[in-house]
Amino acid sequence: MIVIGALVAVCAGLVWRRDGIDGVLRILTHDLWLFGEIMPRVLAGCLLGGFIAEILPHDKVSRALGPNSGLKGLLIGTAFGAILPGGPFTAYPVAAALLTVGADFGATIAMVVSWTLIGYGRAVAWELPILGTEFTLWRIVISLPIPVLAGALGRFVFVRMYPKGEPEPPA
Amino acid sequence: MTLSALIIDITLWGSVAVLGFMAWQRGRVVLVSSVREGSMDFINIVPRIALGVIGSGYIAAVIPPEVITGWLGPDSGWFGVLTAVIAGAATPGGPVVGFSIGAVALKVGGGTPQVIAYVVAWALFAFQRMILWEIPFMPARFVWFRAAMSLPFPFLAAAIAMVIGKP
Repeated sequence: MIVIGALVAVCAGLVWRRDGIDGVLRILTHDLWLFGEIMPRVLAGCLLGGFIAEILPHDKVSRALGPNSGLKGLLIGTAFGAILPGGPFTAYPVAAALLTVGADFGATIAMVVSWTLIGYGRAVAWELPILGTEFTLWRIVISLPIPVLAGALGRFVFVRMYPKGEPEPPA
Repeated sequence: MTLSALIIDITLWGSVAVLGFMAWQRGRVVLVSSVREGSMDFINIVPRIALGVIGSGYIAAVIPPEVITGWLGPDSGWFGVLTAVIAGAATPGGPVVGFSIGAVALKVGGGTPQVIAYVVAWALFAFQRMILWEIPFMPARFVWFRAAMSLPFPFLAAAIAMVIGKP
């Protein structure tokens, strides 16, 4: 977060030099608006994450999505990411909740990557109208194997990086 | 507020209500503790989202979309794919900007494998989404690990597009 803060300060300085104080304030007010608009959704996402962490039984999740869940776990993660409703404000809190109730990095990677690549929400709302049906459909078909492959690669690397499990409990 | 935003809000809060009801059926304790857990997450995340939202606006203002389109130009081959991947990660703004740049690149003669690589890289690595959403919500170790594990895949997608000759 410190790195990001420094980067932001540098960029704000550049905007100030280029556009003066008006430019800085215009971006600030626009972003404060955006911030106010997404806050309720962030709250909803956090509540979803909280409910999922409480409702889903730990042993079942770790069997279905844990380190030993095999290809099936990666496929479940992929399917889950593809059908998850909402935007980043749901996907990431839910992914974080899955990690805490026993999903491993591999299955969670499959879920996050599947959400960004084949989640229908963004494709239907933005990609179809802007890039056209043919491009979008082929792009999705080509992307289909990627979540499973990324999850499998993640698992493969993870057990070699941390052979005794995670070095510290997740934050 | 647009219709799609309304639909998103309805599905989102609908899911919250359904899961909340399921938690309540397990007993009041479960409901209360999950609401408390979720609220604590929310309070912890608000300052980070604030930095992300306000900060990424300034970062985006420094990187104008025209620069990205220039990178995506009509050059082809694997160097074009590599450029497309970097451009995808560096693209500021939301889905409209990302997909529009892809559409412009197609129009000015960018090859489809390159544009596929661009769209996939944007989906996987767009810095604004990572700063704004992924890093605040997920453990930092997970985010870097996820990004590193995703690195080969824009190239794989471009390779598949080249082999099958579509779209």
